[in-house]
Amino acid sequence: MMHVSLVRVAIDIASLAATVAKDTNGATAVFVGTVRSSNEGRPVTGIEYSAYDEMAEREMVSILTEASQKFGIAEAVIEHRLGTLHVGDASIGVAVAHPHRGEAMDALRYIVDETKRRAPIWKLEHYTDGTREWVNAGGVLET
Amino acid sequence: MTVTVRLFASYAEILGKSELELTIPDGSTVADVVRSVNGMPGGNSLPPSPLVAVNYSYASSAKPLANGDEIAIIPPVAGG
Repeated sequence: MMHVSLVRVAIDIASLAATVAKDTNGATAVFVGTVRSSNEGRPVTGIEYSAYDEMAEREMVSILTEASQKFGIAEAVIEHRLGTLHVGDASIGVAVAHPHRGEAMDALRYIVDETKRRAPIWKLEHYTDGTREWVNAGGVLET
Repeated sequence: MTVTVRLFASYAEILGKSELELTIPDGSTVADVVRSVNGMPGGNSLPPSPLVAVNYSYASSAKPLANGDEIAIIPPVAGG
């Protein structure tokens, strides 16, 4: 079961993990990304996430397909939240299951890293002093 | 031919719009569209070779375009 979604409600981590559960899988690896209270020394109040929805979903599906080929996983889900999030809110949840822990954890890392690097999603950070700034994650994508 | 250009995040703020239609000569490439956008008011604040996607896939600046294509000019991504 491979699934990606962009959501505008709170991410339910327990249900993500349940989605990839299967009797033949002995390992479930879960990543939760949350909004930090500061970024590069500046106190943050929240982040507005936006996306090129159609392409972000396609890119995340491609990433899951690649992870399946590289690590032999058959169960993985990515859920990315959009809209206004506050400090502590989960912005991304990824769950991966595999018969063994090594593949589950390797696939999880690949999926999280590639999603951050490639999915056309942006964050507008808001700071306690009332200012705001588009975050440049600094990754370089070659086409 | 006519193509749709999508702009996002900081680039949409700079240009003051998130979508526009461009009529361009047959044989135009991604680079030609980027040059047109760079020539719009505020467009010179965008990088000369931004990341671009055509019909939802990342594409090189040399990619030839077809009528009806959707070209997205993509600011540095920061998901997660």
